[in-house]
Order: sequence, then structure tokens, then C-alpha cells
Amino acid sequence: MELYEGGCDLKLLETLEGHSDRVWSLAWNPATGASGTPLVFASCSGDKTVRIWEHTPSPSATWTCKAILEDTHTRTVRSCAWSPSGKLLATASFDATTAIWENVGGDYECVSTLEGHENEVKSVSWNASGTLLATCGRDKSVWIWEMQPGNEFECVSVLQGHTQDVKMVQWHPSTDVLFSCSYDNTIKVWADDDDDWQCVQTLGEPNNGHSSTVWALTFNASGDKMVTCSDDLTLKIWETDNVQMHSGDGYAPWRHLCTLTGYHDRTIFSVHWSSGGIIASGAADDAIRFFVGNKDGLADGPSYKLLLKKEKAHDMDINSVQWSPGEKRLLASVSDDGVIKIWELVSLSTGNGY
Amino acid sequence: MVSELINANPIVYEKKERRARSAPSDYSDEYAAEPIDQQEVFDHVRDIKDPEHPYSLEELKVITEDAIEVDDVQSYVRVTFTPTVEHCSMATIIGLCLRVKLLRSLPSRYKVDIRVAPGSHASEASVNKQLNDKERVAAALENPNLVDMVDECLAPSYG
Repeated sequence: MELYEGGCDLKLLETLEGHSDRVWSLAWNPATGASGTPLVFASCSGDKTVRIWEHTPSPSATWTCKAILEDTHTRTVRSCAWSPSGKLLATASFDATTAIWENVGGDYECVSTLEGHENEVKSVSWNASGTLLATCGRDKSVWIWEMQPGNEFECVSVLQGHTQDVKMVQWHPSTDVLFSCSYDNTIKVWADDDDDWQCVQTLGEPNNGHSSTVWALTFNASGDKMVTCSDDLTLKIWETDNVQMHSGDGYAPWRHLCTLTGYHDRTIFSVHWSSGGIIASGAADDAIRFFVGNKDGLADGPSYKLLLKKEKAHDMDINSVQWSPGEKRLLASVSDDGVIKIWELVSLSTGNGY
Repeated sequence: MVSELINANPIVYEKKERRARSAPSDYSDEYAAEPIDQQEVFDHVRDIKDPEHPYSLEELKVITEDAIEVDDVQSYVRVTFTPTVEHCSMATIIGLCLRVKLLRSLPSRYKVDIRVAPGSHASEASVNKQLNDKERVAAALENPNLVDMVDECLAPSYG
């Protein structure tokens, strides 16, 4: 039985204040939330700082800001990402740099600064093994960095191909294939062919792609489906052949599966697929929406249905929504209103979380 | 300094008479929230100075009251402006000025779309896309040269 059959509700657990400008993005530390380790996430903002938040597993169950990473970035911090081990945090800034922070006994030290982009860096992502880092920015390029001993990062490739600024980079969850999405309305797939990184596929309007800026992308747990969100007010689901992907060269072509349209009223900035199969999207219409695969629609091929719509989730645009790791799935959302909200999606029939 | 003006001889129109805001009909509650209307939004932007002339956007008919759509219930404003020439490279600066002025003037619940009038600009789609990409707007507003330009256009001396 599906947990959401009886309907569900989004319960606000906490509202976190502290940033003095819009909050652009957040990242959960993937090594937290299990076996007694309290959940930790980082948030970044137009106030040029990054904040580290930790859950206190007390009866009051509250969140505290454990650290403020400041005086390093001189402009907006647009995006942040933890390494898979949770030991390093990468932060991408409009100041054209990407900083690497190491948690040393609760203190965060900037151990490396990656320079090379001409101007605003907009997104940063670690690959599954934590050996490669990708960045992208307004200069239309995507950079791949290899981690060397001693927190040194060497640029191994500068990928040109997008014709406008690149909004987000995201590694595939299990293979070293990189995805980027752009103001040029396309998603590009990059793979390594004998130490030579190349664009192996472009998903654009001619192959049922988006008709305006693509802001974000995310994968399902098994890595054979991807959802993208756009200024064209749609979400698009793409799929690939998992067997082909994990055999041979690690790359299999992606094809359009379906388009979720008519739900959001303004630009969709963020989308995140939970390991339990629930897609959350956050948009400039201040709402969060949840979608799940619709098993009833199998006759016409797979389809997705709206599970829940939370209007006025924030007072202003929602810039990022992210599901937490760990046993209990929480959702964090950040907004132009400067606050971070922690939510739990609960089933109305069982009262349990997902 | 700009050595060559994009539009050297713009037509200058007369300013519209400033109407007093009509008094609220219900005097019993003077603190009642008054809805924001077209005239109020127009008053916020009419005196913005053109980036290359000592005239206001109203005097150059870049902005008219009719080109402002307001839905106070939905907290939505759309401003449609008409650049003085089709190839106006100042269009993005004018749009940025409009956005900053409304950002400072309207309650934060408002969603604002800014666009050039259909058919009024050679790169209409790309100008509109840029003006409504909030990440680009945020980045532009961290650029000291652009901020100086915008602040100069918004300086209150052109009343």
C-alpha cells in the first residue's frame, strides 16, 4: 500500500532566521541524520555568508546555527555542496571563486579557493566518489576539477558548449557523467572519453525540451530518471537505460518521458527527487508542490500526479527545496524572504512521515 | 561619458498633470489598507530619469500610466515600457531602473514583471528574458558601475 493513498499534509516544523538577505540555496550534509549523527545542512545567501545549521535531538527538537562562514566571499554565495563524506563543503560565489571549507573540530576553515571563472560562479557539485568537482557560471563554461592530495584542486577540463550562462551543474548519482542546465534553454550531458570530457547529448526544444531557462535538475534514487524545472513553468521527466548506463562506457542516451505542466504559475527554480520517489518543486509563486508516479496511468505509459500543493509556503520566491538524508525525511526550503523552513510531509491516514 | 548618443534627438512630451490621490470613500477607518492602483505605481516610476537625457521616462513617453497593469489582490504588477528607438541599448538599464524603483517602493509580496512593448525593440525576447531573470538582476545589482548608473537615474532631482 502506498503511504500517500489517504492524502497527506505538509507540516511546518521550524522557521530559521539569521540571513540578512535572500537565501539562494541549501545543502544537507549527506553523512548526517543516521546512526545517531544529528542532521546538518548549510545555507548560502545574498548576504555573502554561509550558515551551518545542526539539529539538536532534544525534547524541544530545535535547530541551531553552529557556524557562520564569512569574510571569504565578497559577493553573493549562490550555491553550496557537501562532499559525499560530509567532510568538505564547496561554496560558489558571484565573486568568481569557489571556496572549499573543511570542518576541523566544529570550526570551518577555508582550505582552498578555486579561481578561473571570468565572473559569477552559479553552481557547484561533487561526483559520487568525491574525487571530482564541477562548477559553472555566467561565462557559459563548465569546469571540472580533480581533487589532489592536500586539498589541492586541479582543473582538468573547461567545457564550452552552452551559448548562455550555465545555471546548474549536477553529477549523476552513481556514474561520472555530468549534467548542466542553462539560460540557453538546454540541458547538456558530459562524459569522459579517455580523459577527454565531451558533450555527449543536448536535450533542447527539438527533443521535447524546455522553451526557456532551465534552472535545476535532480535524479531519482536509481539514477535512471531525471527531472528538470524551468522558467517555462514546466517540469520535465527524462529517462535512460540503467543496464546500458552501468555497462561499457557509462553513458546511455536520455529521452523525454513526460512533461508536468499547468501546476506552477511562475518560474520553477528548484526541484528535488526524494529517495522515496517524491518530487518536490519550489517556485517564484511562493508555493511548494509534490509529485509522485501515478500507477493508474500505466496504460498510456508512466505519468506523474500532483500529491500536494502548499500555497504561501514562503512570503516570497522559493529558491531551493531539498530533502534531507537519514531515517526521517525532512524537507528544507529557502526563499527571498530570508528564512529557511523545515517541513515534514506526513500521511493523513497513518500520521507518519514518509 | 557616452560619446555618441543612441537617440540624439528624442521627442519630449508634456508631463501629465499630477492628480491628487482620491480620498478613501469610507472615512470611518482611516487606517484601512488602501489597495495599490495603477496611478500609484505610475507615480513611483514616472520621474525616473532617462539614462542618456535630462528628461524623465514620462516626458519621453517611455512609460505611460496605461502601460502599467496592477492586480492588488494577486499582488501582481506588470510594467510595459517603450524604448525611444528600436535598437536602444539602454533598454536593459531602463528596465533595471524600473525594477529597482518598484523593489524599493512596493510591498515585498508583489511580483513584478517588466517588459518592452511588443514590437518596440529589435531584441525584444532577449531583453525581456534578461530583465526577468532574477539571478542576472541580483548579479547586476552587485556591479558598482551599474548601481551608480541606476542610482543616478533614480536620483530625486528630476521631479
